[in-house]
Amino acid sequence: MTVYKWTAAEVARKVIDKEELFILDVRNHDAFEDWKIEGHKFEYLNIPYFELIDGVEEILPKLPTDKEVLVVCAKEGSSVMVAEMLSEAGREVAYLEGGMKSWSSYLEPIKVSDLENGGEIYQFVRLGKGCLSYMVISEGEAAIIDAVRFTDVFTNFAKEKGVEIKHVFDTHLHADHISGGRHIAAATGATYYLPPKDATEVVFDYTPLTDGLNIKIGASQIDVNAFYSPGHTIGSTSFIIDNQFLLTGDILFIDSIGRPDLAGLAEDWVDDLRETLYSRYRELAEDLVVLPAHFMIIDELNEDGTVARRLGDLFKENHGLNIEDEDEFRRTVTDHLPPQPNAYQQIRQVNMGKITPDNDEQTEMEIGPNRCAVR
Amino acid sequence: MNITKTLDAKGLACPMPIVKTKKAIDAIKSGEVLEVVVTDKGALNDIPAWAKSGGHTVLEQKTEEDVLYFYIQKA
Repeated sequence: MTVYKWTAAEVARKVIDKEELFILDVRNHDAFEDWKIEGHKFEYLNIPYFELIDGVEEILPKLPTDKEVLVVCAKEGSSVMVAEMLSEAGREVAYLEGGMKSWSSYLEPIKVSDLENGGEIYQFVRLGKGCLSYMVISEGEAAIIDAVRFTDVFTNFAKEKGVEIKHVFDTHLHADHISGGRHIAAATGATYYLPPKDATEVVFDYTPLTDGLNIKIGASQIDVNAFYSPGHTIGSTSFIIDNQFLLTGDILFIDSIGRPDLAGLAEDWVDDLRETLYSRYRELAEDLVVLPAHFMIIDELNEDGTVARRLGDLFKENHGLNIEDEDEFRRTVTDHLPPQPNAYQQIRQVNMGKITPDNDEQTEMEIGPNRCAVR
Repeated sequence: MNITKTLDAKGLACPMPIVKTKKAIDAIKSGEVLEVVVTDKGALNDIPAWAKSGGHTVLEQKTEEDVLYFYIQKA
């Protein structure tokens, strides 16, 4: 039987289109438990490849014949081995090209909405890691917010759209993934902005991103307004775009809120987090559509694959916005936190410019889910 | 520690280090020790997990300048 090779892009389509898929994940159990390809209608079997070296006969009855089967491993090699063995046993299967490594890197650009006078806003969904980046374009110009490290995706997209990248923002100093922001700025001549309170240790030049900063994008003058919203980090800053969208960074997600501990200062920042979520955001228009920098679970995706929800709806539905008691809120966001993201201290160092690991090392650091939220 | 056999799997990518480790273990006797030398970082988690599933014991493991060493006693 034929062994098919699927790209991460093809798997991403199946996630977004809510298709069925059976995933045979041949990584070890710990790796699978920690992080896997999430889909609305995906089924899983996790058998480490090293238990299949002598043959796949034992697992054949567990693999469906009426459903597509995708074999997945960390980098590809073991999934090819297992896929070929299954093929010899008469099964038609596919393997994921580049394994979880390529899954972690794949970005799907999805249009969120048209903006006033021909502008557009796109969300770049990194399904494997739960990171969300944004590009606002308007005739001739673009601004990028919270770019991940695959800078080509953004520069090529801008080229396709015929726009010049003029402004690149990071809402805060990221701890779960490596920012591509300043590299995009360096390659395009754009201005790179970072909140100064998060940048006390950075070793490169940047333009301060401060409360009230206003930028206009392109001929249609799309409004990008900075709104100081500390709590995940002391510098965390949100954006209000075209008076329609609220980019919340890692402060507010669809089904969770930001955690205050990734820079080691949970106790200090919990009051800021409370203030941002329960006072500053409350003063904003409820019709603003929240666009966060992460999602945690696949259920946070809308029908079209975007991650977006009306602020007013989140005030009603998001548990983290509905903890009346301040002490209870404090406990929720400082006690029993989930494990920190993989290599988060090293990732912060990279984002400060203090260390410059090669591409393979960066991939290793970013393995696993983002874990920036508390529910 | 008495090393019975050494497997040099440097430069090999997953799954080959484990495939070769398994063959090498099959060729030694119970209680004997196999030294495995690898550079693929996936081995860091996979060799101990594989050894555990087969009942073998990793007596020692160390990393020296990006090279990983495992000492596995056959069950």
